[in-house]
Amino acid sequence: MFVSKISKLVLRSLFKKPATLMYPVVPRVWEERTRGHIGIVEEDCILCGICMRKCPTNCITVDRNKRKWIIERMQCIQCGCCVEVCPKQCLTMEQTYTTPETFKVVDTHDIPAPPPKAAPAAPAAPAAEAPKAEAPTA
Amino acid sequence: MGKRTIIPFGPQHPVLPEPIHLDLVIEDETVVEAIPSIGFIHRGLEKLVEKKEYTEMVYVIERVCGICSFGHGWGYCAAVEGAMDIQVPRRAEYLRTIWHELSRIHSHLLWLGLLADGFGFESLFMHTWKIRETILDILEKTTGGRVIFSVCKVGGVRKDVDAATLKEIDEILAKIRREIEELKEVFLEDDSIKNRLCGVGYLSKEDAIELCAVGPMARASGVRLDMRLNGDGAYGELDFEPVVATEGDCYGRTKVRIYEVLQSIDLIHQAIAQIPEGELSVPVSGPATGEFMARIEQPRGEAYYYAKGNGTKFLERMRVRTPTNMNIPALVKTLQGCDLADVPMLVLTIDPCISCTER
Amino acid sequence: MKQNIINGKNFVPVASSELVEKLTDLKADGYRLGQICATKVSEGFEIIYSMDKDHSLLNLKLTIPEEEEIMSVTGIYWAAFIYENEMQDLFGVKIKHMALNYGGHFFKVSEPTPWNPKK
Repeated sequence: MFVSKISKLVLRSLFKKPATLMYPVVPRVWEERTRGHIGIVEEDCILCGICMRKCPTNCITVDRNKRKWIIERMQCIQCGCCVEVCPKQCLTMEQTYTTPETFKVVDTHDIPAPPPKAAPAAPAAPAAEAPKAEAPTA
Repeated sequence: MGKRTIIPFGPQHPVLPEPIHLDLVIEDETVVEAIPSIGFIHRGLEKLVEKKEYTEMVYVIERVCGICSFGHGWGYCAAVEGAMDIQVPRRAEYLRTIWHELSRIHSHLLWLGLLADGFGFESLFMHTWKIRETILDILEKTTGGRVIFSVCKVGGVRKDVDAATLKEIDEILAKIRREIEELKEVFLEDDSIKNRLCGVGYLSKEDAIELCAVGPMARASGVRLDMRLNGDGAYGELDFEPVVATEGDCYGRTKVRIYEVLQSIDLIHQAIAQIPEGELSVPVSGPATGEFMARIEQPRGEAYYYAKGNGTKFLERMRVRTPTNMNIPALVKTLQGCDLADVPMLVLTIDPCISCTER
Repeated sequence: MKQNIINGKNFVPVASSELVEKLTDLKADGYRLGQICATKVSEGFEIIYSMDKDHSLLNLKLTIPEEEEIMSVTGIYWAAFIYENEMQDLFGVKIKHMALNYGGHFFKVSEPTPWNPKK
């Protein structure tokens, strides 16, 4: 009878549990460094446009007048250049992959305007004088 | 003289990972002549140097092929660094070597699985690719991607691997080594596999030198040719002797590749033990000047990378000559005189990576 | 490592009339063909022949005007037909006496000589 050299391995695998996951019922465990998609923390962005210049596929558009940060998800190659060069560290590399779609997904993020700078300066001046005025009396 | 017919092979065929077309002239089941024809996957990637700066071009060159992706990234960076006289720090060289050897292990395991699938041995194919998944998980853990790594840049590497992860890689590789020894016994000793591989596609040593074959195709015919002996990267400091077999047929090429997997595991153990501390990259700025021809030992053979700069931030010419490009004449020669039923096995043993050939 | 860096910059110019003789000499010496690469420059074409012996590299650089026809080296190294057909398809380099000539259809490009467009 012909017994192949692989019989031992096959018999052993008969009694072990399967090596595959029941995906998508059992979710996948992502690694920490997996390059999935680019995320942005909108409050920290200053619309400098460095990420737009460094992107090798030109998938990021920064619109200063309308205060929008636009990314074409299907054009992005998840290289991480934008994450490295952002001066405010507001871009992050998320772990999950972009879900497949039948059209080219374009994500638009509205960057909120920064809080007005004039207000802190005015109370600071009288606040600096008020303790001085109160100190001699106290 | 019997009747001659022409049978087309490819571009779609179950054994081929990528499309190539061969016109086989056969006479009563024996192949008399073979005429190759490529061009199904030509993307013209080398012409993109006119549009992408030399620091961004690495992402294009990495995507020439999915199996040999890291080698292309390293070769491009080596060519540009040589042209501009940039010295890369030693820790970066060691990390590049470790990733390149991991890439070689996964490429050879992929090929072994395809070979088993080619003659119908599906359970062996599944067992081989199960081991390959562990390697891809290591690559994802350290670089972030399973197939395209984006971790090489002109001047060094972009990511670091800390000591705890390196120790983990050591342990995982020791476990994989035992499983591969088991599979080696099946591939090299099993009678039904030996029936399909022994004596098929014989390439003598003189023919291999005459036709300028490279990689495992030449090493299986007794030619001692391996670019890692030049000492690029960290190879100059690692103890290394290329695997050479003398059979010259498909069985010899399978033997060379399996022993190379085991040798790569040894090389990674050595590199992890010796890796120095230091920086990861040097800053690179300014236009690209000069020209340089770099050579890297890819899993399939030696690959040439030629970079020429002309003083602007775009390169003037970038040329990638991949090993399969050089093995096609050897394939045409070995096909003469073999049986029609052996043609798929023969085409698989040169490890055809046609997307590399046509870029 | 140092040797590789020196060899990578080792470009020796050669004239088109002495090309075949030089390659025949190198083959008798034990060199094997590495690759043949063409670049479009302002004077015409710059063709580089890389030869390798015992892992050390020698590059021959040939500069020709666009209209000149050069001799094929498939008589010396049969495996060169791949590179010469590629140069003919993509750049329009004129090569005569090729052993296996696909006549411009090796790569199946949609317009002739796409990397050297005729203006």
